[in-house]
Amino acid sequence: MQEVSTEKKEFKPNIVAFCCNWCSYAGADLAGSSRLTYPENVKIIRVPCSCRVNPTFVLKAFQQGADGVILCGCHPGDCHYVTGNYYTRRRMALLYSFLNYMGIEKERTRVEWVSAAEGARFSAVMNDFVKTVAALGENKRLTDLRVKEGE
Amino acid sequence: MLKIAKSKLNDLYAEIAKTQGLMLPIKNAGEVNYAVWEEGKEVSLETLKTVKSPKNAFFPQSENMMKFKTEGKNIEVIDVRKDFVEEGKTFVLFGVKACDYKAIEVLDKVFLAEPVDTYYKARREAATIVTLACSKPEESCFCGAFGIDATAPCGDVTTWLDENYLYWQANTEKGEALTAALSALFENGGEAEVAAQQEKTKAILAKLPFAALDLSRFKPENLNDLFNDPAWESMSEACLGCGTCTFVCPTCQCFDIRDFKTNEGVIRFRCWDSCMYSDFTLMAHGNSRTTQMQRFRQRFMHKLVYYPSQNDGLYSCVGCGRCVNKCPQNLNIVKVIKTLGGKAND
Amino acid sequence: MKDVELKMLERAKALLENGEVARVIGWKKGEFFFDPSPATFESVEELENGFVYNWFCGANLSKYLIAASKKEGKTAVFLKPCDTYSFNQLVKEHRIKRENIYVIAVECLGKLNIEGIKAKGLSMIESVEVDGKDVIVTTAYGKETLSKPEVVLTKCATCTKTHQVKDEEIILHEVPVRDVDRFAEVAKLEAMTADERFAFWREQLSKCIRCNACRNVCPACSCVKCVFDNPASGISAKANDDEFEEQLFHIIRAFHVAGRCTDCGECSRVCPQNIPLHLLNRKFIKDIDSLYGEYQAGETSEGKTPLTSYTEGDAEPKDVFSGEAK
Repeated sequence: MQEVSTEKKEFKPNIVAFCCNWCSYAGADLAGSSRLTYPENVKIIRVPCSCRVNPTFVLKAFQQGADGVILCGCHPGDCHYVTGNYYTRRRMALLYSFLNYMGIEKERTRVEWVSAAEGARFSAVMNDFVKTVAALGENKRLTDLRVKEGE
Repeated sequence: MLKIAKSKLNDLYAEIAKTQGLMLPIKNAGEVNYAVWEEGKEVSLETLKTVKSPKNAFFPQSENMMKFKTEGKNIEVIDVRKDFVEEGKTFVLFGVKACDYKAIEVLDKVFLAEPVDTYYKARREAATIVTLACSKPEESCFCGAFGIDATAPCGDVTTWLDENYLYWQANTEKGEALTAALSALFENGGEAEVAAQQEKTKAILAKLPFAALDLSRFKPENLNDLFNDPAWESMSEACLGCGTCTFVCPTCQCFDIRDFKTNEGVIRFRCWDSCMYSDFTLMAHGNSRTTQMQRFRQRFMHKLVYYPSQNDGLYSCVGCGRCVNKCPQNLNIVKVIKTLGGKAND
Repeated sequence: MKDVELKMLERAKALLENGEVARVIGWKKGEFFFDPSPATFESVEELENGFVYNWFCGANLSKYLIAASKKEGKTAVFLKPCDTYSFNQLVKEHRIKRENIYVIAVECLGKLNIEGIKAKGLSMIESVEVDGKDVIVTTAYGKETLSKPEVVLTKCATCTKTHQVKDEEIILHEVPVRDVDRFAEVAKLEAMTADERFAFWREQLSKCIRCNACRNVCPACSCVKCVFDNPASGISAKANDDEFEEQLFHIIRAFHVAGRCTDCGECSRVCPQNIPLHLLNRKFIKDIDSLYGEYQAGETSEGKTPLTSYTEGDAEPKDVFSGEAK
């Protein structure tokens, strides 16, 4: 029989980070090779460009139990495909504003531009995002309860 | 006959809900649908037509059928019917109109025929149905065309409502049992009031614009003629294929079964489906009905020809008129009946 | 209104008779006077038997032109001011072949909502007449006068639209110019707390029966195959088994038409559960207006939409949450 801890279990949010292949994913690599840390509950999904992220991806992530979704791409003007992240910027601005309008806490969604040279920034951004979402607690508004069956 | 003052109806609901579930028309965000009663909910018995019919009570729009739990190489199958089957939970379905009650008969023939749908059956047997006679039918009603008397619905208990009282009459053993459990709330009387209301309502019913629809051509022997009638093309032209008619219909019974992956296994659920949809009965080669005209025709042929040919002439339309009110483009079964129903068989 | 109908009928007949068009798309009489359906007329006889234009012709006919414009010969269509925006948008998206359509711009003073009239407790309705701001309803039980603004379609309540396309026009009465704020309801929601907004939408969306009326009527929803109908998409879901399903459907749908939605209001008109779906689309329109400059989809049939263009100085996503309670 397991010992019952009297201390409340610390909430560790599930974070999904969509990172573009050319800047942010390389930024995450740099963070790692520079021995900088970011929380292990950040799950990175590599995408060819931040522009590849369709709003459905964000919602699906929430459905499957994400507590926060962050999208990282090259800084505007530096897109590997020249203009991809400009479209991302508009799409996500509108989507996140809309989710907020539906009552989904705006702190659960974020877009950050992280270049391949910004390992330290990647680490700082992720640490900060995890802290913010942890303070909010579990995502209950945009999740599919069936996913959490049995938990 | 028994009666209870309208002002005391809340006590009646509370008394029923003490021992079992209670479903009745409840207003939520402006719309009235059958839902589980709780103290504080806004009951609306006066609403003639709930948006969705009470078929929801026996055949929910979405329903989990079973769960599969995976652990290593083992798959555990979990039956989710135990609520009704093992624990013997019962509920009262309250306020069902004559057309919707007839629709339950139509559904019974589908779900209770071999092979019996055990999910439906469990709920059906757990329910005591209290019907409510109509006193203010409206222009989209045509239950009379299907031989339904809106002023005297059947069910385990029949009730009538006027400005002051709800009148109550038990029809079956189940109904008697419910009445006995609630007897402290009732007083005697009401025969004269009910008779007067029925007479008044019947006068309105006789004057309804769809009171005399001619269904004579909808017979199995005319199947081919009806199927090939050129009028389907123009009748279905404006159809959006949205499926609203099938979802508000009290007799539509089609469903799809799908799996949902959870973190620890799979939930198999069924949900209403609509013959109006392009992915209805989807098979490897696609949908067997490729155009909206074919889908449109299927729905009405099923209601007026296929179903009756297999069920001793019982139409699977009850004239509730929900499709008349709710079709976004005002297409409906009345138009179909008027266009095809009375045509001479040549 | 009768005079407008007669004029329309006369023009439709003439166009068919002199062979300028092969068919006319308009509205056809229903079982009552308040339930007309969109219909195609191919002969003078058909027109005489059922053509109608009245206070209840709220349906937007532009989406039917996708199919009609692919047919042999020209199609004439009657478009109300709001419908012309949808038409332009569909032309812009190469869904309608403009050269195959003859647009007759037709007068509209706002259409009535029969469900709204019935919701006032009226049934067995025999006739409805409009006199300025009064709607006089005669029923089997008597006469009632209603206030027109209370019983017009939601889309008409805040309409300031004018015809954007016309090959000819039929306008016999003066259409009053109105100054209304269509974003007032959106602003009201924005001013709430996130909890309140969530509660509002949860209550509304919990009514959704997952029919596809809003999608199928929407002129902006013109995909040949919708992701929600495609089992291979991974998000096709017919069930309302979990509240997430309803949110997913409505969020994705609203997003997909963002920047293309002309605010024709058909979604709210057709919803069987009367969910105020236009408030979803209007949020996108309001945000687009304030972030990227005022934009009205369907004003022209050319050019890019806000989501297919950008500027280098666009707002950052973190800066867009404005005007709300903290």
